[in-house]
Amino acid sequence: MAILSELLAKGRRVAAHRPVPRALIDPTIWMQAAHALADERATLLGLWGERDAAHMALRDGDSGEVAVLSLSCPNGRFPSVGAIHPPAVRLERTMRDLYGLVADGATDARPWLDHGKWPHSRADARAPYEFLPAEGESLHRIVVGPVHAGIIEPGNFRFNASGETVVRLEERLGYVHKGIEGLMVGADLVRGAQLAGRTSGDSTIAYALAFARAAEAALGVETPPRAVWLRALMAELERLANHFGDIGAICNDAAFALMHAHTGVLRERVLRASDAAFGHRLMRDCVVPGGVVRNLGADGHAAIRTLVAAARQRFPPLVKLYDDTASLQDRTVGSGYLKPELARQYGAGGYVGRASGRDFDARRDLTYAPYDQLGFTVPKRGDGDVNARVWIRIREIEQSLDLVEQILDRLPDGATRVEPPPSAGEGLAVVEGFRGDVLVCLRLGADGRIARCHLRDPSWFQWPLLEAAIEGNIVADFPLCNKSFNCSYAGHDL
Amino acid sequence: MRKHIFQGMIHRPLTEAAPTADDAATAELAQAVERAARRRLGRSLSIREVDAGSCNGCELEIHAINNAFYDLERFGLRFVASPRHADVLLVTGPLTNNMREALERTYRATPDPKWVVAVGDCAVDGGLFAGSPACVAGSVGAAVPVDLHIRGCPPRPIDLLKSLLALLEAQA
Repeated sequence: MAILSELLAKGRRVAAHRPVPRALIDPTIWMQAAHALADERATLLGLWGERDAAHMALRDGDSGEVAVLSLSCPNGRFPSVGAIHPPAVRLERTMRDLYGLVADGATDARPWLDHGKWPHSRADARAPYEFLPAEGESLHRIVVGPVHAGIIEPGNFRFNASGETVVRLEERLGYVHKGIEGLMVGADLVRGAQLAGRTSGDSTIAYALAFARAAEAALGVETPPRAVWLRALMAELERLANHFGDIGAICNDAAFALMHAHTGVLRERVLRASDAAFGHRLMRDCVVPGGVVRNLGADGHAAIRTLVAAARQRFPPLVKLYDDTASLQDRTVGSGYLKPELARQYGAGGYVGRASGRDFDARRDLTYAPYDQLGFTVPKRGDGDVNARVWIRIREIEQSLDLVEQILDRLPDGATRVEPPPSAGEGLAVVEGFRGDVLVCLRLGADGRIARCHLRDPSWFQWPLLEAAIEGNIVADFPLCNKSFNCSYAGHDL
Repeated sequence: MRKHIFQGMIHRPLTEAAPTADDAATAELAQAVERAARRRLGRSLSIREVDAGSCNGCELEIHAINNAFYDLERFGLRFVASPRHADVLLVTGPLTNNMREALERTYRATPDPKWVVAVGDCAVDGGLFAGSPACVAGSVGAAVPVDLHIRGCPPRPIDLLKSLLALLEAQA
């Protein structure tokens, strides 16, 4: 019997939770679940809190099933998962910062998102942050951020280096914490969808879609087929834009600006086609619970066809350029190696996981319409370096171009939106964004307003791995390695 | 690689014609830019971008004005890596409490004369995040003096370009 069914059977099922089961469990079962994670019989999809409860979403390693386990914490305490399963550590620190829940037995009790600057900050967060030590002869420390040299998001990195070699990198995040989950409470679905779409600007469709699917599951709403297909079209356009941008940016960080210029043009063409088709370059606020806001007209259809034709013509020579340029390969091959064991342990999603042998894609493995009716392959590699993460993106661009054409060929007619009824319910959705799987878990009150909405960015399980991947590399290769991960600050800090 | 460079030489550039400076932005800037400052800077500005809590959407479009279609640098505007080299701070986001000190220190590190441009609805008035206890009430303007506001969620590259050109003309 699969471990997840076993754990669920011991708990009390919550009927309102859809489409996957949720069960109320006691601390013993909570720890059994933690051990299942540590033994890699299950993967952690999320760990979050609220005033008096802790929740954990897991995926069974054998059956592939997903479920949520909830533990009531009337004393504001719960047994630490992070103590035996490190991927949970930062999530537990966040639960304490945001909801005051204390993980008993936790190995790291430092604050995480709380920098001591909020009206309700923890007392210990107001003290100077204690970075982890690195000891040894002739080590020096380089402190970077939160304001970085490029046009990027803020975060603080501490490099402990021996000469040019990084001995330990420690990240400190939380600078762009806006209190999104707090703002969600009491919001209606319209505002909820807007907030979700602004969690991570580059993944606005992925988040809006995950939020919409969670709301539709909670309310039992049947989304019109045309809307379902249009959302997938938007999601693939978003993936294309980001992957084009990333490939160029990675090469740019290896001082190969030519690629950056060319992929920048391709990215701009995707954004312009998206604008022509859906009225916004990033397609912000286009996906709502119940469907989509903008229908696709003949002009938009033509613009996307033109885009695909242009990309098919212009991208292959760039791939060849990447493959043929020895000075560029010299930087990308072998740098920023991420061990497959770590990718598996952390359940790393997206190109980070797939470049290190983790064969997971929510579109295929936790499939949702219309991907169950579309043909695509999920690229996977085992070499786990910067080069591997570039190649995964290249292959995914090819797949997404195919998907866009399939969707345009078979786009159903009909309505694009239904009005969701205001009522209570609970829903969970996982959507494959360009960066990896985005999880949204939503609970609606009887008035249809949001009682709790948790949004988990794929970066939660990728940021810690960057610290591991950079070890032993030279400091000068950090931008390159960092860009190949391209973790989200905004999505992580919420 | 030679083929790519050769093709770049024989094809017409993708760069589009310059837009005219935004009138509203010009009016807003008329008072902010002093004659003395104009003389010192000439027709060139160095820009330092500061994300003060953005969702990253504004950053994506700020990146876009550097691409071949918009080519910001042809106007004498360029992004620099340090506030100490900057004339303009381009600030995005609703200003989180966690970023306030970093923004203020970045402002202080920027030599005079300097201008602050609030980019995007969040930087202008907090946008969708206004009222959050994790953000500074009044957004960017509450921490540093703002000379120019560019609305949008995010602003389109062409709107960013128009406003930055207005900044350039106001001090030309």
